[in-house]
Amino acid sequence: MKPTEISNPDYFHKVVDCQWACPAHTPVPEYIRHIAAGDYTGAYMINWKSNVFPGILGRTCDRPCEPACRRGRVEDEPVAICRLKRVAADYKDDVKHLMPKPGAARNGKRIACIGAGPASMTVARDLAPEGYEIIVFDQDKLSGGMMRTQIPKFRLPETVIDEEMGYILDLGIEFRGGQRIDSLKSILDQKFDAVFVGTGAPRGRDLELPGRTEAAANIHIGIDWLSSVSFGHIDKIGKRVVVLGGGNTAMDCCRSSRRLGGEHVTVVVRSGFEEMKASPWEKEDAMHEGIPILNWLVPKEFKHQNGKLTGVVFEKVKAVFDAKGRRDLVPSGEPDTLIECDDVLVAVGQENAFPWIEKDIGIEFDRWGMPKVDQTTFQATIPNVFFGGDAAFGPKNIIWAVAHGHEAAVSIDKFCRGEDIADRPPPNTNLVSQKMGIHEWTYDNGVSNDLRYKVPHKETAIALKSIKTEVELGFDPKLGFSEAQRCLNCDVQTVFSAKLCIECDACVDICPMDCITFTDDGEESDLRARLLAPAGNLTQDIYVQDGLRTGRIMAKDEDLCLHCGFCAERCPTGAWDMQRFTLEMTHAGHGCRSKA
Amino acid sequence: MSYLAKPKFHHPAIETNDLGFTHRDYEGSISTLCAGCGHDSISSAVMRACFELSLPPHRIAKLSGIGCSSKTPTYFLGQSHGFNSVHGRMPSVLTGANLANRDLIYLGVSGDGDSASIGFGQFAHSIRRGVNMVYIVENNGVYGLTKGQFSATSDQGSKSKRGVVNTDSAIDLVATALQLGATFVARSFSGDKTQLVPLIKAAIEHRGAAFIDCISPCVAFNNHEGSTKSFDYVRDHNAALNRLDFITGREPITAEYDPGTTQVVRMHDGSMIRLAKLGADYDVHDRIAAMNNLHTRQADGEIVTGLIYMADESSDLHDHLGTINQPLNELNAPELSPGAKTLESINAALR
Repeated sequence: MKPTEISNPDYFHKVVDCQWACPAHTPVPEYIRHIAAGDYTGAYMINWKSNVFPGILGRTCDRPCEPACRRGRVEDEPVAICRLKRVAADYKDDVKHLMPKPGAARNGKRIACIGAGPASMTVARDLAPEGYEIIVFDQDKLSGGMMRTQIPKFRLPETVIDEEMGYILDLGIEFRGGQRIDSLKSILDQKFDAVFVGTGAPRGRDLELPGRTEAAANIHIGIDWLSSVSFGHIDKIGKRVVVLGGGNTAMDCCRSSRRLGGEHVTVVVRSGFEEMKASPWEKEDAMHEGIPILNWLVPKEFKHQNGKLTGVVFEKVKAVFDAKGRRDLVPSGEPDTLIECDDVLVAVGQENAFPWIEKDIGIEFDRWGMPKVDQTTFQATIPNVFFGGDAAFGPKNIIWAVAHGHEAAVSIDKFCRGEDIADRPPPNTNLVSQKMGIHEWTYDNGVSNDLRYKVPHKETAIALKSIKTEVELGFDPKLGFSEAQRCLNCDVQTVFSAKLCIECDACVDICPMDCITFTDDGEESDLRARLLAPAGNLTQDIYVQDGLRTGRIMAKDEDLCLHCGFCAERCPTGAWDMQRFTLEMTHAGHGCRSKA
Repeated sequence: MSYLAKPKFHHPAIETNDLGFTHRDYEGSISTLCAGCGHDSISSAVMRACFELSLPPHRIAKLSGIGCSSKTPTYFLGQSHGFNSVHGRMPSVLTGANLANRDLIYLGVSGDGDSASIGFGQFAHSIRRGVNMVYIVENNGVYGLTKGQFSATSDQGSKSKRGVVNTDSAIDLVATALQLGATFVARSFSGDKTQLVPLIKAAIEHRGAAFIDCISPCVAFNNHEGSTKSFDYVRDHNAALNRLDFITGREPITAEYDPGTTQVVRMHDGSMIRLAKLGADYDVHDRIAAMNNLHTRQADGEIVTGLIYMADESSDLHDHLGTINQPLNELNAPELSPGAKTLESINAALR
């Protein structure tokens, strides 16, 4: 096998599974260590730099980091990364003085951001301190976009949104709330240097079934209904509610219904429970509030009487897989089910909608009606128009929108300076030894045996009384510390230097996970089979170094390494060292510009 | 400044043996030896051998004397019986324990100071009596605990870390064990577990005195240029006689082996060891040839390792003394006090 090239920043970045999985590449272990040390402010600022909305994301993130977390492979459950982020946000001191200042001098460039959701606001945050004049437009009076309108207050209190929007609005940007943009052309006519479109995926899918029009008064589109609830336009719902759909919007709909008078709320999903799009924890929270989730039922008809909805008829289906392994839902042959109800919430998906973009101004769309947007630069077919968030590639989530925003801001910054936007700035990386003395490291290398801690919840009876009562109480500092200690510090890398190695086997003997093998060289597939412990996880690299005196190689399976540093503690010659790998994404500004 | 305890987590796909144990279940408490000590590798090899043989830890007794090597039984087989005896006195304590309970597996762990100096006599007599045991000397050729003086196994002419040349001639424990009548004699190297683990397994299965001299570099005081017990020196001068494969009795030998290159040796319990010969034709059953070979290779500056000698037939102290098969702790009043009639007949026989 070719010796591992650790100077390639991707190599150690991949070992930090959480950071690699995070679209914004938040340095997770680093902020978790700050939390363990009680430095919540530091932890918050690390997050703020990467993901802009730590308080919001600490409550609502889709957490791509957690399924990736190495701890989940070592034992049952990953570190509660998301809720630790909330700990940082909850317990930090005043951070205002740590925030960037509005650009000292304007650089004369004007940028329009359409929509005030996570993507647009990230663009605004990255560019404002650089001297850009930013004007953000939104149809709603307040900024935040879907974070404010679609996420119920019992999951995300308004104060958290206000605070984190405030940090951005304070950067000297101009926010034009309540101003809906109905024409991109009108914006382009205003001669902005660049336009960023972050308008999300604002249209909820409807279900055209028999009875839809007759019973329309009691059938609501999920995201529109949530938004009306959020603005206080709707404050009650029928006693019996059926929610159609299996995503996170469906979970927000059913839980909101429970708080607005719904006594018998049922979620009905076409697919099986496991395949539902909703995050497992959101399903759990819904069921905890006494909401049954029924699976394998496809809605067939809305029943109504005298213009009033009476129920929904469902056909029972089962999954059948064809030769290619594709799933098809076919009727199971069982009799149809009628679920009686007073209201139906349709949460079967969201779509993009660009009726406000004129077809003749140069923005090209693909055959699915999505704008043609470059995957890395986020540039549209008009060079000074950029898309990001759900508006770019369809519905995803907040953290992806933030990541898009950062990249689009880099593009806009380079574009405005006449640089090649395809030339992307590399991340800023570093690798530093953590050795402080014999058996002493800058990080706490003892491995906690604790299982994942549950976040305390408000008592259900009280929580259900008001739509504004936050259900999750968050970890207190003590629980937060214990959970933080579960982090394996995967960013502290095991770095091997073959020329120092005397092949004494001390590292092999001490490694609790049997990660390290000294053996004859071979092809990767052959080598994986010959290691001390099976190395079957092909998504995880084998760290290989040659140049040993006996002609063998050192092969370390990165998959299950606890980063406990025992190999380095036991190494008599310092051939193993624990070195902290830091990777910081380059955002808009000085660092991203061409050196030439 | 001591080490943290080893994390409890293990590889989720870790191998288990016939008893359902993983190799981690054969661990002891965390080692306090210097980082990189060869002795820790030997501990690891002992754990691996016991794991692979599926030995119930509570059927093993580990005994040692004093020294770095004699500390090691704390660091392996935490669930086994242990006795840390007086300096150089492990062989007597082991002999006594073995006489009292022949059902346990005895691991005598000692060092070059413990066995070649203060306990040299004890070592000699336990070997010549044929006590059924595995006697491992973790041989680093230096007094590590007292900061690096030459030991009795340091080669004449080798240099200490401070540059002093050793003028005394060395005791070769392998040659001594062969001369004293050990029925299983091997030498190995802590840095070569593929050789060491099968040797320990074979030694455990061997009935009688099994002696393994294991060269174990002292990274703190004897791993420098001029040392003959350093990792580099041993690797450069290692003349391995054979490669061992230990086959437990349950597995049939399927492959055919060319008799010129492979020797299959049956152990008393029915298990087999397959020896792949690496050098010239060498018969592990020929004691005189083994002694000659040892001295010849040594004169050429080579370190002979591998299975050096194993007796065709072996017996142990219990056979020699005709002791009762049962462990003494299982003997009850009827056996211990057979009554006046039996006493009379004994007395009559002595008249």
